[in-house]
Amino acid sequence: MLSESTVGTPQTLADTPKAAATVCKLNSKNLNFFYGSFQALHNISIEVASNKVTAFIGPSGCGKSTFLRTMNRMNEALRNTRVDGDLLLDGENLFSMDVTDVRRRVGMVFQRSNPFPKTIFDNIAYGLRVNGIHKKRVLEEAVERSLQRAALWTEVKDKLQKPASALSGGQQQRLCIARALAVEPEVLLLDEPCSALDPIATLKIEELLFQLKSVTTIVIVTHNMQQAARVADYTGFFLLGRLIEFGDTKKIFQNPGVKETEDYVTGRFG
Amino acid sequence: MMTEISRKRKVTNAVMLSLTGVCTVLVIGVLFFILGYLLWHGGRSLNWDFFTKLPKPSGESGGGMANAIVGSGKVLLVATLIGVPLGFMAGVYLAEYSGKTFAFTLRYTVDLLNGVPSIVIGIVAYALVVHPMHTFSALAGGVALGIMMVPIAVRTTEEFLRAVPNSLREGAMALGATKAKTIFTVVVPAAISGLASGMMLNLARVAGETAPLLFTALGNTFWSHGWLHPIATLPVMIYNYALAPEEDLHQQAWAAGFVLLALVLVINITARMIIARGAASSRR
Repeated sequence: MLSESTVGTPQTLADTPKAAATVCKLNSKNLNFFYGSFQALHNISIEVASNKVTAFIGPSGCGKSTFLRTMNRMNEALRNTRVDGDLLLDGENLFSMDVTDVRRRVGMVFQRSNPFPKTIFDNIAYGLRVNGIHKKRVLEEAVERSLQRAALWTEVKDKLQKPASALSGGQQQRLCIARALAVEPEVLLLDEPCSALDPIATLKIEELLFQLKSVTTIVIVTHNMQQAARVADYTGFFLLGRLIEFGDTKKIFQNPGVKETEDYVTGRFG
Repeated sequence: MMTEISRKRKVTNAVMLSLTGVCTVLVIGVLFFILGYLLWHGGRSLNWDFFTKLPKPSGESGGGMANAIVGSGKVLLVATLIGVPLGFMAGVYLAEYSGKTFAFTLRYTVDLLNGVPSIVIGIVAYALVVHPMHTFSALAGGVALGIMMVPIAVRTTEEFLRAVPNSLREGAMALGATKAKTIFTVVVPAAISGLASGMMLNLARVAGETAPLLFTALGNTFWSHGWLHPIATLPVMIYNYALAPEEDLHQQAWAAGFVLLALVLVINITARMIIARGAASSRR
């Protein structure tokens, strides 16, 4: 039976890999988050490993998306919210950094693709232009590189000046990934990126994530446990605003330490 | 029993359909009637002279309204330069920045301004511009009409900016754009077709205002050079000619009425087409 005394204790955090091989890119310490008077996150302490894929799983309303949005301070755009605790990027306090700088270094891809009503080229170049890069050659190279990384280059290289809205759903989501990659973020957050896509498009994106590990750190929120099992190196299980268990994906799915985790991954609730 | 009820329903349906159809035809008919009436009475005066010549002195026939057509254009230009930026920026503030209470107060104030009679706005423009400058002018007329454009510009801007989905704002901010950059490089371009057409409809509405021009632009039988002299405008010319004793001038007034109405219709139709094209491309 889950009780307040077993949540977030060393028993579950002991699973957090601290081996010399993995470097911690982003970590939180006792992070609490409030929507008005409602506490959405309780004492979240987590370490996200560099150049690895970390997945957050859990039932609806468990706080995984809220925590993700705290990681690039997107929640600040909402009214009447409060954050408490530490969030560090490479040891630097995220909350004392300039917020636009945070968002460039920690990028985000949303659940529903949101291409701007501009051309494909202008969509990808947007982040660069906003950060002061205007040289045509630099932009063109960056756009090509980002589209290559998002496995979209061959499909769109001849129609960069066409509107982004003309692309299919899966292509639009890869466009959004390319757009986020263009500013070379150190961490890429993905909030259920495949939930609105068909299985083939989903597979393409999952393959992509595997390759992107080498250029950036990935954190993905997913409703789909099998997806987490497929793509993630580390998995964190959230429930009711608390981090119940965190560790190696294989361990979480095959040999979970906490009963609630086991119940969730075996499908007894969700 | 059932056939009785369904027959009653069919009859009611037919009656209501006919009634609403007739009303629709009547409403559309009014517009075409006005157009036709104007054309019938003023058609003779709608010649090349009308568009190119200056008014002839009292007693002589002929002449045209070239100066009034250009004059209306100049005054409306000044009005647009004053009303659109003011209204647009206030609308941006309302849609993107303001808190609930201030937004409510601002909206209410703007709606009140919208309800001020146009002749009162004319008096205000007289006090603000004509009196200190000691001259009637296109500038004063533009100020009066510009003030009238502000409320609709504010509400149109706010409405169309609010209609832009929040996902676009989030997408831009997630890339490191500040709020201001997001608004002006993503939100406004996304709303541009609605904003442009809204401003055009605003202009069309203000193009026919006569009362405020009576003591700001005044009128001119000759060309008005620059922006600081009295200037002729279509609505005021119609007013003056309609009261004149000469039949020839009456016909010119009808013709001017037709030109003014045609101008307003063209602006309206263009604005609707812009909206339709904007809606179609966003639905893709």
